[in-house]
Amino acid sequence: MADLLLAVRNLLRNRRRSASTLIALAIGLTSILLFSGFKANLGATMLTAVVRAGGHIQVQHRDYFLFGGGNPGAYGIAGYNPLVQAIRNDAVLGPLVSVVTPMMRFGGLAGNFEAGISRTVIGTGYVAEDVSRMRQWNEYGIPVLRPKFPLEDTPADSAIVGVGVARVLQLCAPLQIANCPVPKGTAATPAKTGPVKKLPDDIAALAMSENAAQPASKGHGARLELLSSSARGAPNVAALNVVAAEDQVFKELDEVAVLVHLGHAQRLVFGRAPPQATAVMVLLPKTANLAAATARLEQIVAGLPGGGDLAVRSFVELNPFYAQSEKLFDFIFGFIFVLIGGIVLFTVSNTMNTAVVERTIEIGTLRAIGLRQSGIRRLFLLEGFMLGCAGAVLGLVMAVLLGEVVNISGLTWLPPGSSEQLPLQLRVLGDGPIVAGTTFGLIAIATLSAWWPALRAAQLKIVEALRHA
Amino acid sequence: MSIEPAAILSGVTKSYQMDAVEVPVLRGIDLLIRPGQFTVLLGPSGSGKTTLLNMVGCVDRADRGDVVVAGQPINTMSDDALADFRAANIGFIFQNFNLIPVLTAFENIEYPLILAGMPVDRRRRRVTRLLAAVGLADHAANLPGQLSGGQRQRVAIARALVRRPKLVIADEPTANLDSRTGEAVLNLMRHMQLHYKISFLFSSHDRSLMKAADDLVTMKDGVIQSIRRKAAEVEPDNDAGSTLPAPADDNG
Repeated sequence: MADLLLAVRNLLRNRRRSASTLIALAIGLTSILLFSGFKANLGATMLTAVVRAGGHIQVQHRDYFLFGGGNPGAYGIAGYNPLVQAIRNDAVLGPLVSVVTPMMRFGGLAGNFEAGISRTVIGTGYVAEDVSRMRQWNEYGIPVLRPKFPLEDTPADSAIVGVGVARVLQLCAPLQIANCPVPKGTAATPAKTGPVKKLPDDIAALAMSENAAQPASKGHGARLELLSSSARGAPNVAALNVVAAEDQVFKELDEVAVLVHLGHAQRLVFGRAPPQATAVMVLLPKTANLAAATARLEQIVAGLPGGGDLAVRSFVELNPFYAQSEKLFDFIFGFIFVLIGGIVLFTVSNTMNTAVVERTIEIGTLRAIGLRQSGIRRLFLLEGFMLGCAGAVLGLVMAVLLGEVVNISGLTWLPPGSSEQLPLQLRVLGDGPIVAGTTFGLIAIATLSAWWPALRAAQLKIVEALRHA
Repeated sequence: MSIEPAAILSGVTKSYQMDAVEVPVLRGIDLLIRPGQFTVLLGPSGSGKTTLLNMVGCVDRADRGDVVVAGQPINTMSDDALADFRAANIGFIFQNFNLIPVLTAFENIEYPLILAGMPVDRRRRRVTRLLAAVGLADHAANLPGQLSGGQRQRVAIARALVRRPKLVIADEPTANLDSRTGEAVLNLMRHMQLHYKISFLFSSHDRSLMKAADDLVTMKDGVIQSIRRKAAEVEPDNDAGSTLPAPADDNG
């Protein structure tokens, strides 16, 4: 109690110095927490983007991730429906999941034969309603919701393409895509101004046979033919009505993405053979349940016939970019913490060293009247600790207030994993362990900074301290 | 009153290193501080008075020789044991008062009792009585900066006495006071010493203090030139203290 009293009074005794140290501490903590808030928001935004696109967990053929990207026939899941049902009906896992849906990815060649252009693409077949639900997932309250999946409620031959695909295949005009450049010497709407090229007979025949069961739907006039090889190696073509173009964020992906209904994709690749999926996506309402859900899912998969050929992969594993970005920002955060921690260390240490010099006679007096060396150490450490605590509280309050100011300021930014500007949000208190770790870390640094001055003070010879002028 | 000597120094020598030169400050001191007496160390600056006080006050260690304070040989004590020993047995009054500037008069006096772990009620009663005894009952809440020199020294006296030590060390306690205040402070110390029957070891170069002393030890150049006790004046023998008066005799 006496130590506390002395520590408080001594800190108040030189108010200006204590205040400047306090402000340095507070600004340091505020800076770290604001960056932490930015990082937390970035992480939440990226996580939301990748989870909306592929779910929290995917069950795939065990070699699909490394070898099977272009070969759904060899690395597909034949019995995916029993797996989907098993997940939905499981007493443990069922309540933890909100969407369980199959998807199929395949390689192909997309052509706009009217424009005489084609390119290789990566096609993905989805259950549109499920993807719509996945796109509404928003555990972290990201301020912009993704619109409904444009494939929902569309005919079976509908497709979405990446804006890059639309650009390359010159489908911008019928899809009414703004700011879509065309190559020099090419008309924007070749269907109206240029000579119309006819679909080659062999491809038309293939497409007609593929679509025989379903009449072609009406569209905007943006059509493309998607050529792929079937599971047995034969060529197959689907004539698709492109209903929308969506920015896929990354140029490389944007120029190859073609999204279709799962059934259409399966007919294209597997024909009349039993359909397969390349993955079953699982979406959880709460990301915190990822480990529990993964563990249970692994048990379910192991219990299914052929389960040994399957692997359960989390979104972190499936999205190396996400994991690398998180690591990068963790590293930057750690770097900033070390820099600011160093500044705090020297600031507090300097303050305490000055205090030791100023209070040398007082130290000698306290020692003479019976205070042990440990008592002197405790006194200065307590002052460092209290400076740290006060700086932490002030820094926390400043960070929250500044964070709120930024959040309501209307600033926007373009995060990775997003094709649109998002309001700049700082989740200052968004990552509890980081906030607690940073705050207590800075208090620990402030206390540690007082260690050397405290040690020096405790080791002063009493007679020399009393003689100090 | 205890008959045990307040302190016994035998063959105590002490040197300080000043740059490359070793300066001897005490040269084989033999001295017995009688209990319950007002002992004055007299001598010019540099005679070794303060160093001798530091030895007896257990804030410095002798290079050679033995120092026994309140019956305890202090040479072999650890630093912590020595701190505890000082807290329990020795009170200090400094020339510059050395009050803790952030504590009030009351808190300055109370602090040694807090170190001793005394219950709050008891220590408050004791501090209140002492404040009244030194005439500062109305200044309990004043910080040292709000007190005059004489008042500060009274607080320092109260702080030195609050744990009822066996020995009070006072290093030129009146040097920074005007003569009237100095005399008042001296009278107060004398009064307290008689009242509490505590041994006082007091250094000064003011020969006017000779009258107040029970025992007067005169020093020069690190040696004791003479010891004049109330009963008789004796010549010092700096050889191993064999001629020191026995405690019983000394008390007589």
